[in-house]
Amino acid sequence: MSRSPGRDLLVGVFVMLGMGALAYLSLAVGGLSRQGPSGFLLTADFDELGGLKTRAPVVISGVKVGQVQSIALGDDYRAHVTLDIDPRLHLPQDTSASIVTAGLLGDRYISLQLGGDPAQLKSGDTIAFTESAVLLERLLGKLVHSTDVAGDAGKQE
Amino acid sequence: MVAAIRLLGSTTTRMVGDLGAMGLFLLEVARDAVTPPWRLRNVVDEVYKLGFLSLLIICISGLAVGMVLGLQGYNTLERFGATQSLGAVVGLSLVRELGPVLTALLVTGRAGSATAAEIGTMVATEQLDGLRMMSVDPIDYVVTPRAVGMVLVMPLLTALFIVCGIFGGWLVGVKLLGVDSGTYFTSLESSVDLRDDLSGSLLKAGVFGVLVGWIATYRGYTSAPTSAGVSAATTATVVVASVSVLIFDYLITALWGV
Repeated sequence: MSRSPGRDLLVGVFVMLGMGALAYLSLAVGGLSRQGPSGFLLTADFDELGGLKTRAPVVISGVKVGQVQSIALGDDYRAHVTLDIDPRLHLPQDTSASIVTAGLLGDRYISLQLGGDPAQLKSGDTIAFTESAVLLERLLGKLVHSTDVAGDAGKQE
Repeated sequence: MVAAIRLLGSTTTRMVGDLGAMGLFLLEVARDAVTPPWRLRNVVDEVYKLGFLSLLIICISGLAVGMVLGLQGYNTLERFGATQSLGAVVGLSLVRELGPVLTALLVTGRAGSATAAEIGTMVATEQLDGLRMMSVDPIDYVVTPRAVGMVLVMPLLTALFIVCGIFGGWLVGVKLLGVDSGTYFTSLESSVDLRDDLSGSLLKAGVFGVLVGWIATYRGYTSAPTSAGVSAATTATVVVASVSVLIFDYLITALWGV
């Protein structure tokens, strides 16, 4: 077949488009760019994660500011969660972290509530105030047992 | 009774023979693909025909599939009040299943059939014999660039299909139905994993590329040198390649869980 610069150009465009799509998928969607730590790491200990996973978002007032980097069982048998946070933020020392659910059945994520302490958290610090995940089924169980209405509800549980 | 058993025997023999011939054919193509001459010029021409000319159909199909996923996903998720997971539904189904499989089926219909018909016509018009007379190996010169081109374009087209689908889902979910744009992309990003989902998707695309390229070139190369033979080869390519893609999709998912 004859050499045609026009066709080469189109093939080049095609390959660039394909590579661009691959790059978008792996960088933006797959999260390749956020594999490494941003440098600002905080840890928090929880009694109950309730299905929190790594790479779950960390939000302040609903705005994503970081993600869960790793989850491990600490020496005290509590869940030891490392958060990777935007280093530009200045978080007060008495910031608290709670595990919340998006919607009734949605994914778990971590919400940070800022305190009023003038001292700021540094990388590697531990968030002292934490609130564990609320397990819906445990809550329901408690409700059923505590109301203790004679008969049906209790028996079914 | 004896005739039936004989028929079974001859069918089995033919099938095993076919499989063996296909295996030898694949080995020969693979050998030609990794040994010089590289025939880069022919491969580039194939990438143009198989890839660039498929861009439009891939992008439109991806967009349509993403839009319908967005619509269906939204209607289903709305019952559970979980519309914020729309991005995850659209992204995961596109990346893990629909992207590679539908791309492979579309490429089979658009480019695989054309490849088989082209090579089949070369057989029917004795062009391959002409090449052999000039001591050019037709497998090296005609078949291998097409098979290699197919393997090269399949992952690229799959990635484009997925991106178009994600955009289509965003169009319907965010612009039409009012899911928050950030929620859509956050749920998408947090659910699609680079190692498991994306690499699995590309593995599938690569396997499908080999399958479609292999079947299309083999059917064309072995087609009977008649117009009926060429049409039979084209039909067989579409049928066999589509079914193999779906079967291999199940096997890959079952074996590696992607």
